[in-house]
Amino acid sequence: MHQYSIAEMSQGLERGDFTSVELTQHFLDRIDEHNAEINAFVTVTAELALEQARNADAVRAAGQAGPLTGVPFAHKDIFCTDGVRTSCASKMLDPFVAPYDAAVVERMREAGMVMLGKLNMDEFAMGSSNETSYYGPVKNPWDTERVPGGSSGGSAAAVAARLVPAATGTDTGGSIRQPAAFCNLTGLKPTYGRVSRYGMIAFASSLDQAGPFGRSAEDCAYLLSAMAGHDERDSTCANEPVPDYIGALDQPLKGIKVGLPKEFFGEEMPASIRESVDAAIEVYRAQGAEIVEVSLPNAHLSVPVYYVVAPAECSSNLSRMDGVRFGHRCEDPKDLQDLYTRSRAEGFGDEVKRRIMVGAYALSAGYYDAYYLKAQQLRQLISDDFKKAFEQVDFLLSPTAPETAFKFGEKGDDPVSMYLSDIYTIAVNLAGVPALSMPGQTVDGLPVGIQLIGNYFDEARLLAAAHQFQLATDYHKASPEAFA
Amino acid sequence: MSWEVVIGLEIHAQLATQSKIFSGASTAYGAAPNSQACAVDLGLPGVLPVLNKSVVEMAVKFGLAIDAEIGQRSVFARKNYFYPDLPKGYQISQYELPIVGQGYLDIELEDGETKRIGVTRAHLEEDAGKSVHEGFGSMTGIDLNRAGTPLLEIVSEPDMRSAKEAVAYMKKMHALVQYLGICDGNMQEGSFRCDANVSVRPVGQAEFGTRAELKNLNSFRFIERAINYEVERQIDVIEGGGEVVQETRLYDADKDETRSMRGKEDANDYRYFPDPDLLPVAVTDEDIETIRSTLPELPDAKRQRYVSELGLPEYDAGVLTASKAVADYYEAALAAGADAKLAANWINGELAAALNKNELNIDESPVTPVALSGLLSRIADDTISGKIAKQVFEALWNGEGSADDIIEAKGLKQITDTSAIEGIIDEVMANNGEQVDNYRAAPEDKRGKMIGYFVGQVMKATQGKANPGQVNQLLKQKLDG
Repeated sequence: MHQYSIAEMSQGLERGDFTSVELTQHFLDRIDEHNAEINAFVTVTAELALEQARNADAVRAAGQAGPLTGVPFAHKDIFCTDGVRTSCASKMLDPFVAPYDAAVVERMREAGMVMLGKLNMDEFAMGSSNETSYYGPVKNPWDTERVPGGSSGGSAAAVAARLVPAATGTDTGGSIRQPAAFCNLTGLKPTYGRVSRYGMIAFASSLDQAGPFGRSAEDCAYLLSAMAGHDERDSTCANEPVPDYIGALDQPLKGIKVGLPKEFFGEEMPASIRESVDAAIEVYRAQGAEIVEVSLPNAHLSVPVYYVVAPAECSSNLSRMDGVRFGHRCEDPKDLQDLYTRSRAEGFGDEVKRRIMVGAYALSAGYYDAYYLKAQQLRQLISDDFKKAFEQVDFLLSPTAPETAFKFGEKGDDPVSMYLSDIYTIAVNLAGVPALSMPGQTVDGLPVGIQLIGNYFDEARLLAAAHQFQLATDYHKASPEAFA
Repeated sequence: MSWEVVIGLEIHAQLATQSKIFSGASTAYGAAPNSQACAVDLGLPGVLPVLNKSVVEMAVKFGLAIDAEIGQRSVFARKNYFYPDLPKGYQISQYELPIVGQGYLDIELEDGETKRIGVTRAHLEEDAGKSVHEGFGSMTGIDLNRAGTPLLEIVSEPDMRSAKEAVAYMKKMHALVQYLGICDGNMQEGSFRCDANVSVRPVGQAEFGTRAELKNLNSFRFIERAINYEVERQIDVIEGGGEVVQETRLYDADKDETRSMRGKEDANDYRYFPDPDLLPVAVTDEDIETIRSTLPELPDAKRQRYVSELGLPEYDAGVLTASKAVADYYEAALAAGADAKLAANWINGELAAALNKNELNIDESPVTPVALSGLLSRIADDTISGKIAKQVFEALWNGEGSADDIIEAKGLKQITDTSAIEGIIDEVMANNGEQVDNYRAAPEDKRGKMIGYFVGQVMKATQGKANPGQVNQLLKQKLDG
C-alpha cells in the first residue's frame, strides 16, 4: 500500500479497496517501525490523524470526497498547526504550540488530507544537510550515513522511506529541490506568491516559498492543486487563477524548447553529474524537444547575493524570538538585557546565529549601501537574466545540486562549501520563478536530481514536462531497499 | 550674548481607523490589557501584516491639506530594535519613501503676522504596545492593545523660533487633523502627541546648535513649559562653559524639568530595510483627485469665508475656526437661524466662559447650538435685552427649557410699550425730585453722565425688562423737558 502513488491511493479509496483509516494506520505503523532509523518525524499526531481519517471516510461515504480526501501526508515543522507543537526544529520554539493554522495547513485540511505529523528540518530552514536540527540530523534512507539534504530533509527522507506518501516543504534557496535530489523524489518550488506564506515561519520573506514533495510530478500536481491560490492574509500572495495541474500533465513535449544555461555547465560540474544531466537531455531530445544553449550572465553572483539578502531578512524575522511572549526563555533573567541575550544565545543554534550576525551586519549603518542595496540591485539583474532566457525557451534544465548526498560532518567546518551546495538552485529563488527537481540517472547507487526551471506561474507546463520525462524513464520509481 | 531658539517637531497623530494598520484588531481605547491584540499584533511566528487601506487615504488627505507632494510609490520599512512592548522586534514604518513629502502649514503669531512652517514629510507607521510598571512587583507587564495602532508621523522643518511658535504650530496641526477627520485629537489618550527637537545658537550664527530631543509631550502646556525649560538649560550649559550633548530627554511635568533618557552613543542602529512582507503602496493621480474631492473646508479657508461672507472681525473668525468642534457648533447655530455676528459674540464670550469655568469641551455643552440660536433670536427681535439674555442663558445652561419657555416662565419679556415706560419714568421722576432739579441745573456736558442714575432707577423698577434704548430716549425727552 505504501508504494502507491497519490493517484492510486485516491482511486483505491474511491473504489473502496481500503479506507482512509486503514491507509493512515498503515503509514503510522511504518513510522513506528522506521522513524528511529532516519529521524524524519519530530512529532507524530497519530490520534489526530486517525480522527481526520475517520472524518475523511465519512465525507467519502457521503459522496463529498475530492481527489485528496483521506490521503495521508505530513507537514514540514515550519507550518503553524493549531494545537500542535511548531518548532522549526529549534530549541527556541521547542515549547511553542501554535494557536492557529497556517494557510497551507488549512488548505490541505479542507482538501481532506490526513496529517500524520510534523517533519524534521534544518533549524529555521537554515542549512543544506539537515544537520542543524535541534532534534538531531535526519538520515538519508538511501544510505543512512549520508545526509538527506536540507533544509526540508525530514520531508524528503520520510517520503523516500515511504513513511508518508507525500509531504510539504519550503524552499528559500533550494530547500525543497536539493533534498528531493538527494532522496530520489520530485519536489517543486512554485513561483514566489503562488502559495500563501501565512503561518509559515519566515526565514527570508522575499525568497521563502512552500511546495510539495512527492514521488512523481503527478504526485506534486495533486498536492499543488490543494496548496496554491490567493490568500488575503499574505500581501505577497498572487491573485492568479489556479490552473488544472493534473489535467495539464498530458501536454506532449514535441516542439518545446529546453535551454541549457551555459554558466551552469562549466568545469565546476562533476563529470558524474554531467553524465546524468546528459542522459536527461537525451530523453527530452528523443521526445521532440529542441535543446538550445542560453545564458544567465549574472547567475554566478547568486550565492553571494543570496547570502546577503537571506541573512538580512532572517536577522529581522527572527527578532520576535526574544523570550518575552513565547518560545524558550532563559532561567532567572536578572534584567531585560540578560533575558534577551541568554534566551537567544541558548535558543538558537550556531548556523542560525551565524546568519543573524551576517544579516545584522549587512543592514547596519554604513554598510547597508555596500551590501544590502548592492545585493538588491544584482538580484534585479539576475531576475532580468531569467526573463530574457524565457523569451527564447520554455524551460531551463540543469543539475539540482553539484553532488550526490554527502556524508555527515563532511562539510561541518566549512559553511561556504555547504552554501555552494545550492549554486544551481539559489538564482531561482532570487528571480522568483518556479523550478522542480526530479530523479535522473543515479551515480554510484545514489540519486541525482535534474532541475527544470519554468517561467513565472508556469507550474502546469513545468509539471507536465516532468511528467512526460517520467513517462519515458523509471528513475523516479526506485526506492531505497531497506525501506521497501 | 543673545540666543536664538531653533525648534522642530515630530507629531504623532493616531489615525481614526476602526481597526489596526496591519491587522483586524480593534483600536478602541481603554479595553482590558491584551484583549485587543490578535496573533498579528502579538508578533507570533508565521503571521504577516496586511495593510489597512483606509490609512493610505487618510495620509493622502493630510498631504493634500498641507499642499505636499504625495508619494505615488511609498514603501514600508522595518525599524529594528528590541523592546518588550515591540512584539516583532521591529516597527513597521516608512523610511526612504514616505507617503507624504514636503509641505507646509501657516501659523498666526501673536503680533498678527503669519509664519510659514515647513513640513519635511509625513509617514505611516504602527504604534508599539505599552509597558506597565506598576502592579507586577519586580516584573514589568506588557499591554499590546496599542501595538499596531496606525500613526501618521508628521516631521516639521526646524522652522520654529520660540515655544509659543511651537505651540501655535501644534495647535494648528491639531485642528487640521480633526478638520480632516483623520484623528480624534484626544491628547489625554495619546492620540496626538509630539517630540520636540530643541537647540539654541547665538543670534546671527548660521549653523544650528546641538539639539536635544524631548520625548512624548502630550499637552500644549507641557510643550511650552518643556521647551522653555530646555532652552534655559542649554543656555546655562553653554554660558557656563559647557557643551550641549546630543541626547534624548524626558520632560517630567511634576518637577517641570527635562532629564536625560539616553545619549547619542546609546542610540540604536535601526537597520532599516524595506519590509519584504508588504508591497509598495501605489497612489495614482486618479486616487489623489478622488481623495481631493472629499476634502472638507479647511480652517484657513473657513476663517477667510467668515470674514468675507459673514463680516466677522478677523480675530473672531480666527477663534471660531481654531477648532473644528467650535466651528461646527457655530455653523449649527447659524443653520438654526442665528445672526452671524451675534452668534460669534456669544460663542466666543458667554458660552466660552461657561465652558471654561466648568471645564467642558464645546461638544459637551449643555446648551445646544439650536438652543443658543433660540436665545439669540429673542435678542435680535428685541424680546429681551442683552442683559436679560445672560439670565436666560444661565437658565438654559441649567436645563430649564428653551429660551422662550424661560422668558415666559420668568416673565422676562422686554417692556417696549412707550406709554408703559413713560408711566414708570414719571413715577421715578416724581420720587426723585431733588435729582431732577440737579439734572436740570447742570450744564449740558454733565447731563449725559447724570442720566445714568435715572436709567438705573427705571431698570430697577422694571426688573431690567425695559428696553434700554427706549428708556434712554424717553428719559432724555422728559428730563430735558
